[in-house]
Amino acid sequence: MKVYDKMIFELSRPGRVGYELPANEFKNDALAGLPADLKRNEPLDLPEVSEMDVVRHFTNLSSKNFGVDTGFYPLGSCTMKYNPKINEEIASLGEFAGLHPLQPAETAQGALEVYYNLQQMLAEIAGLSEFTLNPYAGAHGELTGLMVMREYHNQRGDTKRRKVIVPDSAHGTNPASAMVSGLEVVQVKSKPNGSIDVEDLKPLLNDEVAGIMMTNPNTLGMFETEILEIADLVHKAGGLLYYDGANLNPLLGKVRPGDMGFDIMHINLHKTFSTPHGGGGPGAGPVGVRKGLEHLLPNPRVVKEADGRFTVKPEDRSLGSISTFFGNFGVLLKAYAYILSLGKENLKNVGPMATLNANYIKESLKDDYLLPIPGNCKHEFVFDGLKDKSTGVTTLNVAKRLLDYGFHAPTIYFPLLFHESMMIEPTETESLETLDEFIDVMHRVAREASENPDLVKDAPVTTIVRKLDETTAAKHPILTYKAYVAAKEA
Amino acid sequence: MSKILEELRYSDSHEWAKIEGDIALVGITDYAQHALGNIVYVDMPEVGDEVTAGEEFGAVESVKAASDLISPVSGEVVEINEALDDEPELLNADPYTNWIMKVKLSDPSEIESLLDAKAYEAVCAE
Repeated sequence: MKVYDKMIFELSRPGRVGYELPANEFKNDALAGLPADLKRNEPLDLPEVSEMDVVRHFTNLSSKNFGVDTGFYPLGSCTMKYNPKINEEIASLGEFAGLHPLQPAETAQGALEVYYNLQQMLAEIAGLSEFTLNPYAGAHGELTGLMVMREYHNQRGDTKRRKVIVPDSAHGTNPASAMVSGLEVVQVKSKPNGSIDVEDLKPLLNDEVAGIMMTNPNTLGMFETEILEIADLVHKAGGLLYYDGANLNPLLGKVRPGDMGFDIMHINLHKTFSTPHGGGGPGAGPVGVRKGLEHLLPNPRVVKEADGRFTVKPEDRSLGSISTFFGNFGVLLKAYAYILSLGKENLKNVGPMATLNANYIKESLKDDYLLPIPGNCKHEFVFDGLKDKSTGVTTLNVAKRLLDYGFHAPTIYFPLLFHESMMIEPTETESLETLDEFIDVMHRVAREASENPDLVKDAPVTTIVRKLDETTAAKHPILTYKAYVAAKEA
Repeated sequence: MSKILEELRYSDSHEWAKIEGDIALVGITDYAQHALGNIVYVDMPEVGDEVTAGEEFGAVESVKAASDLISPVSGEVVEINEALDDEPELLNADPYTNWIMKVKLSDPSEIESLLDAKAYEAVCAE
């Protein structure tokens, strides 16, 4: 097969068009008030192509892609479960897709009802009181949640609480969100088994602590069994508990963050609730709060009136707005469709199946790969590279070799607790046959590493591009078409 | 097996210090560069900055991760290794020749609390 390797700008020919717009019969004075120096003088440099050029270009590009629709995608911490097509069907219904965010609430009652019902369902699943669906993705949800935390303390006049405690095993977004929200990060150590060290936590708790951010199960896939004690300690010190919903999948319908003592959380709808992600999603990161914090959630809000109508009302004590309108509404529709298609009983089967699949792979591979933390995991687990370190074959090499066998690589070099981390999360939607195929290939790669290490170190060999020069890519990134042309000519 | 030089002092966060009179040359160890993988950027302090033993003085970024650099000594930064701006990979090639900063020591007695080669070898073996 010939490799397609063109930029759409290379297809461009002056004057070629794929559309014809009617003459503008409306007077457009939207730009009238704009100063002259802010107005564009030259036309946009857009590719001039026909409709067929566009279709062939993107169809060819898409064939180079890898996604859950093409194969197994055990990317740890990302919950790459199958995205049911009924979600897409619902989200693309004209009645939803054709809505304008500024149209009067009376004419969008169905959409507002979906918003209201979904936030109620998430509140029930999380064991919390109320959700906002406005945040656009997980990290945006974290930022919103931390703004709730900060606003909670500020509105009580307790302004010296600036510190957020984050475990050393946390997702990188946790400390980043805390910094962006204007708070200060304090790290708490984890024990050798990966859970938070309660003894290390105790001396950190004082009247300057705004709260703690936790992921449970943590990034090693282990359930934090001391969570109730931690919640009690943090609450007694006057802080709040933030739950990073990245690892919610194994707990779905079984354990509720609210019942564990968490006050605020976000949910990644694009992970746990089966909406597409990878390559930009887009995502959605609803944020929920316990009773007593509802008024702090961002505007706009959807309210159900006594007569059953839905209205959009701002709340004065809210932290403000964090999005232009109601978040990524198409994504919300897909998550809503997913919850309704599975129903309460089936949602409860998601976690056990995800957990069983992860443990099955872990136990099948632990003779070839180093398992630093033994015992049952939840939805994912971490290997510290190959067991036999003498061959010099690294986690990166194994990951690249997996591509040759048609699998997406696991998450590598995260968490930072180990040097050769390889984080595997199969999710509940994979069959036993797929898991067995993956296990066979992982065994085969381990065998190759000891018998013919150079074969693994040179991988991948069957992909469209071979091993990339990451150092040069990081040092001299080519990010625009102009830079690409310049580099090509040089 | 990572290289450890007899004449240097070490921190358990994998930095080394070489004492020349009242100046300390500071860099990262062979173990650190190996664990980080290909280094693509070194965030260095500025000349004149005060650094404190046990506290961050910069960061090093590799294709795998970004890590804080922790100063093994306290004092004023008198020189930084500007070659690392263009060629951060020098830290991979020879982490002991390519120091990151020179510090004028404000408390030379701090050196005593740093690890010697043997103690650092034990840290790496953990």
